[in-house]
Amino acid sequence: MTEQKMPLWEVFIRARTGMAHRHCGSVHAGDAEMALQAARDVYTRRGEGLSIWVVPSQAITASDPKDKGSLFEPTASKIYRHPTFYEVPEEVGNM
Amino acid sequence: MYTQALNAPVSAGTEPETEDESGPDLDRFDAQVAAEQKIEPNDWMPASYRKTLVRQISQHAHSEIVGMLPEGNWITRAPTLRRKAALLAKVQDEGGHGLYLYAAAETLGVSREELFEQLHSGKAKYSSIFNYPTLTWADMGAIGWLVDGAAIMNQIPLCRCSYGPYSRAMIRICKEESFHQRQGYELISTLAKGTPQQKAMAQDALNRWWWPSLMMFGPSDSESKHSAQSMAWKIKRFSNDDLRQKFVDATVPQGHFIGLEFPDPDLRLNQETGHWEFGEIDWQEFFRVVGGDGPCNRERLQTRVKAYEDGAWVREAALAFSQKRQTRAQADEAALAGAAE
Repeated sequence: MTEQKMPLWEVFIRARTGMAHRHCGSVHAGDAEMALQAARDVYTRRGEGLSIWVVPSQAITASDPKDKGSLFEPTASKIYRHPTFYEVPEEVGNM
Repeated sequence: MYTQALNAPVSAGTEPETEDESGPDLDRFDAQVAAEQKIEPNDWMPASYRKTLVRQISQHAHSEIVGMLPEGNWITRAPTLRRKAALLAKVQDEGGHGLYLYAAAETLGVSREELFEQLHSGKAKYSSIFNYPTLTWADMGAIGWLVDGAAIMNQIPLCRCSYGPYSRAMIRICKEESFHQRQGYELISTLAKGTPQQKAMAQDALNRWWWPSLMMFGPSDSESKHSAQSMAWKIKRFSNDDLRQKFVDATVPQGHFIGLEFPDPDLRLNQETGHWEFGEIDWQEFFRVVGGDGPCNRERLQTRVKAYEDGAWVREAALAFSQKRQTRAQADEAALAGAAE
């Protein structure tokens, strides 16, 4: 009999409190609880994590790299969003 | 290096070759690679880049998994609890490394099941070093020191490879790999400083593992037509010969320090260049072993196939249980909704 494929989950780990969860890879598992256990075994052998999130890979929507240019163009052209655009006299000290 | 000179094409299946034509996509891709920017899973890439990476990453993954077997052989016979715990942790790491790499390969659009099918049918290869038997406890030291040592030489440059998921997997692997080498060297040093029988066992292990370790780097690049393309795509960063020389230069003094000799009458230090010159490698042996005729090839593959087939009931049960849990949760929800009215 042909075996059913095991669903794919993306794994996010938070290393320390105050930090954000970071994507570190994927696991195959039957459901969320088994995915958490698999993620713990595969990605935290050296105490790398305090918290694990697993998300079905299908649930993730990603921006299309082809659209990078138009999607992010406004952010590139608004340099007045950066502190270095503004002049503050040295005598005033750090601002 | 787990994949160098393993250039037999993955056979069968349709191969969409439409993505290699020149054009703005290819130009953008080439510019990205040249600028040391990572290529990520959804980026456009030439079909041949994708195919090469699927082959290289999956064969690297297969090597990690098969690599658990020669060392797994000695877990029940470790001489002390410390050695046993260390060996268990190392073998467990190798399993984890295989999983990181399978996950990276899958981002290129291939499934885990397909990759296993390629390994189990013999279509895909794994590093030939794992086709040798582990005959004594000293082999555990030799493998950690030499085989993992050689792997580290190759894996550090791979941390900078152009494909994002592969380079990130390699960074994670490299962090874990150095304990493997230190564990092996400490083990073989202890034997080399022990009784005459222990020292002889250490020397014997070095004698058997030295040349196969040198072969791990693959033949000279002049003989591989894929090397130039891999370099252009920033998958491969250094030549096989350069990495091999680096390994020899690092390792020979380590062996001499613990009083061991290398099984190479031509090994000598070139005072001018500072490099250790070594003798001719028997490439016939390498091709014979990689081609399927090494001491353990059949046994390794049979063991993997058996493990996979024997484990089918576990995978089926896990999926069946997930479905049962889901059905039960839905029924509970429906009952609650009904009760609330």
